[in-house]
Amino acid sequence: MTIDNLSTEVLLRVEDVSLNFGGVKALDGVSFDIRKGEIRAIIGPNGAGKSSMLNVINGFYHPQRGTITYKGQTRNQMRPYQAASQGIARTFQNIALFKGMSTLDNIMTGRNLKMKTNLFWQALYIGPARKEELENREAAEHIIDFLDIQAIRKKPVGKLPYGLQKRVELGRALAAEPELLLLDEPMAGMNSEEKEDMSRFIIDVNLEFGTTIALIEHDMSVVMDLSDRIVVLDYGRQLADGLPGEIRANKEVIEAYLGVSHD
Amino acid sequence: MIFFIEVVLSGLMAGVMYSLVALGFVLIFKASGIFNFAQGVMALFAALTLVGFMEKFGMPVWLAIAGTIVVMIALAWVIERAMLRHLINQEPIILFMATIGLAYVLEGLGDILWGSDVKLLDLGIPQGASDWMLDNFDIYIEKLEIFAAATAAIMVTILAIFFQKTSTGRALRAVADDHQAALSVGISLHTIWVIVWSVSGIVALVAGIMWGSKSGVQFSLSLIALKALPVLILGGFTSVPGAIIGGMIIGVGEKVAEVYLGPFVGGAIENWFAYMLALAFLLFRPQGLFGEKIIERV
Amino acid sequence: MIYRETGQFKDSYSDDQALFPIAQDRYVIYAVLFVTFVVVPMLANEYWVNAILLPFLIYSLAALGLNILTGYCGQVSLGTGGFMAVGAFSVYKLMVAFPELGFIPLVIISGFITAAVGTLFGLPSLRIKGFYLAVATLAAQFFLVWLFNKVGWFVNYNATGMITSPPMTLFGVLITGPQAPPVAKYLLCATIVAIFALAAKNLARGRLGRNWMAIRDMDIAAELIGVRPLMAKLSAFAVSSFYIGMAGALYFAVWLGSAEPTEAFDINQSFLVLFMIIIGGLGSVLGSFLGAAFLVIMPILLKNIMVDGFGTNTALAAHIEIMTIGVLIIAFLIVEPHGLARLWRIAKEKMRLWPFPY
Repeated sequence: MTIDNLSTEVLLRVEDVSLNFGGVKALDGVSFDIRKGEIRAIIGPNGAGKSSMLNVINGFYHPQRGTITYKGQTRNQMRPYQAASQGIARTFQNIALFKGMSTLDNIMTGRNLKMKTNLFWQALYIGPARKEELENREAAEHIIDFLDIQAIRKKPVGKLPYGLQKRVELGRALAAEPELLLLDEPMAGMNSEEKEDMSRFIIDVNLEFGTTIALIEHDMSVVMDLSDRIVVLDYGRQLADGLPGEIRANKEVIEAYLGVSHD
Repeated sequence: MIFFIEVVLSGLMAGVMYSLVALGFVLIFKASGIFNFAQGVMALFAALTLVGFMEKFGMPVWLAIAGTIVVMIALAWVIERAMLRHLINQEPIILFMATIGLAYVLEGLGDILWGSDVKLLDLGIPQGASDWMLDNFDIYIEKLEIFAAATAAIMVTILAIFFQKTSTGRALRAVADDHQAALSVGISLHTIWVIVWSVSGIVALVAGIMWGSKSGVQFSLSLIALKALPVLILGGFTSVPGAIIGGMIIGVGEKVAEVYLGPFVGGAIENWFAYMLALAFLLFRPQGLFGEKIIERV
Repeated sequence: MIYRETGQFKDSYSDDQALFPIAQDRYVIYAVLFVTFVVVPMLANEYWVNAILLPFLIYSLAALGLNILTGYCGQVSLGTGGFMAVGAFSVYKLMVAFPELGFIPLVIISGFITAAVGTLFGLPSLRIKGFYLAVATLAAQFFLVWLFNKVGWFVNYNATGMITSPPMTLFGVLITGPQAPPVAKYLLCATIVAIFALAAKNLARGRLGRNWMAIRDMDIAAELIGVRPLMAKLSAFAVSSFYIGMAGALYFAVWLGSAEPTEAFDINQSFLVLFMIIIGGLGSVLGSFLGAAFLVIMPILLKNIMVDGFGTNTALAAHIEIMTIGVLIIAFLIVEPHGLARLWRIAKEKMRLWPFPY
């Protein structure tokens, strides 16, 4: 989305979120919002609390203070099942695929919440269960086409190279047809060609499906290219929040994270 | 009141016996991350070998014990070579299954080598009730149990020192954490494992001696291994003091339940009470009393 | 060459999702079914049925059940023996109290009863994982055996503590009790096992199976796709116990004829079924059958070789048998931890290329 037609409707807002682990302050009074349809980057040095922030949003971690407002509903904490059923999906820094299953099956698990038939019909595999399975298989195949992973659909994901695993994980997240997609370092460990592919996918997801995206990423060129707005975290605290151009010029951010180029 | 104290003390003593077996478990788990289901059978095997040396070969006690120790070390070496070496980096459940297989092998082997009849084990450990306790406090405790408790205390102290103070102990703890990482700093997994299983075998021997002296050397000894599981749950799988305390709690709990609850439900509660206790405990503290809290990071 | 898939194109998802998408596989299954339901009944004698076929079928059912819980859903259980006991005692009480309902419905009801018990003992799995869960299931195992031993109501106050299966008929043919013809027993069990194996396969390839495997592989991530760990684990316990309960019912009523709780359903039973799914292959329907076959046939083979062949005395033979099982378990775990099912798959791959090396 270009700056001109950014919607102003807020999809998610976190307000004054603080999270402690024992004595460690992972997050300290962080507040920002994510607008519908935008690509929001969360950047910062290692240990800044970025993954923790995503974990709070989808309910793995429960903050000691602060609120999360999603689609108009304000809560003190999210629960994973709520997040999933309300259209939040995510990928993980260290790839959380189901290693024992194939690519297709992994993506089908993403369809879990769209499938409703009960145990009895499933055991028979006729009628409603079969119909549902085939419908969702079709949906999964659309995603497989979109991500260009047809060749590996029956391969157990544990055997795939890292870059492909990341793509499959994205596929699983997309299978849920999420409204908010949380991506935790989707480009980590990729070469430039893979990064270009991944960037293209992310942009396509955003433009074609209108999915709102929150993105943690270290590669600054990717961040500056892709994102509509950026929030910067450092030591659990919010350092800056704004448009890519503003962030790039922000002195504190440069000092803490971006660094100055010595030409 | 006296009766209650007797029950508790009897439970404590039984608990010490459980702890001896649990100790062996903890050692192996601490150092190799393997849950050695064969620990109980190892105790049985050690005791069988000891009796066998004494009876079939007519060795004096001290020689027989030394001989058995040699056998247990040899056994540890064989186990490492034939089994552990090939299972590096497998999932814990696979390793666990392998130790069940090992238990079966040792059971069959022990029966074939030494015969499956019940044997008496007389090592000269004082038997009968402690007169001192009886005279002064009117409480019945067996001297054997006191002896066992003392032995356990000494062993725990030695093991604690071993783990904390020696470099081998440190290496053991490293291996328990991460096989690959330990390998990468040059720790020889194979040597460590032989050491650990040998020590564990010796602990099994002590346990076998105590149990065997008490109730004769027979197959049911290996079932004690199953009883050690609740002990480990309470005490945590990696804690030496935990094994002792867990053992005592289970021992006392079992005895008290059997004596005071048993009559209402037909007796033999001891068969399952320890497990239910452990289960109840797990519901509140999934990592046991002393175990490390499992934190999963995503 | 034999196994080439060339020319077998699927042009619909339903074809691709079929149970046996490759034609050669279909022929094999038809052959197996033919042998099972036509050839064997014609050829088998009483010894074969009672010593090999019945235990194979019944243990396959139990192995299927345990595989669902441990292989697909990753929850280790050492309580199989106890749950089989629940199935056996349920069907006994039902046969005595409501014989008019017919044997098969009673077996199915026993399955449901066991499913309820299994779900109850599965509740701890929400908090407890891995070994700890295995120990918790031991609580179920020991408690249940004690219960059936102690409480006279279960054995209808029989002084011997044993239960005996009253004779029942199906379509006019006796299927339980000492007079029942072996072929009838065999066909009954074969039918039940075939139907429920199909059901298991269907469950495994559908949403529930995927959810179970998700829990097994990474339960934290599973939560995120909207899998409720509670429901998934309990459903695994329930379905698994249903199968194991039915196996226990058949084990007592059709095969043994009479049983005593400590002997028939003790912890060794739990280990036996666990070994079956490990040797056969965790998370595989075929594996459940292969493992059951292996552990039913092997001891018989060993005994025949040792006692009849070499003249070893039976006690020694028994010890050697125990040792051999132990050694085989270890050997399997070292060589192919994924069991016979994986070996079978590898063999099929080779057949695809044969006579070419790659």
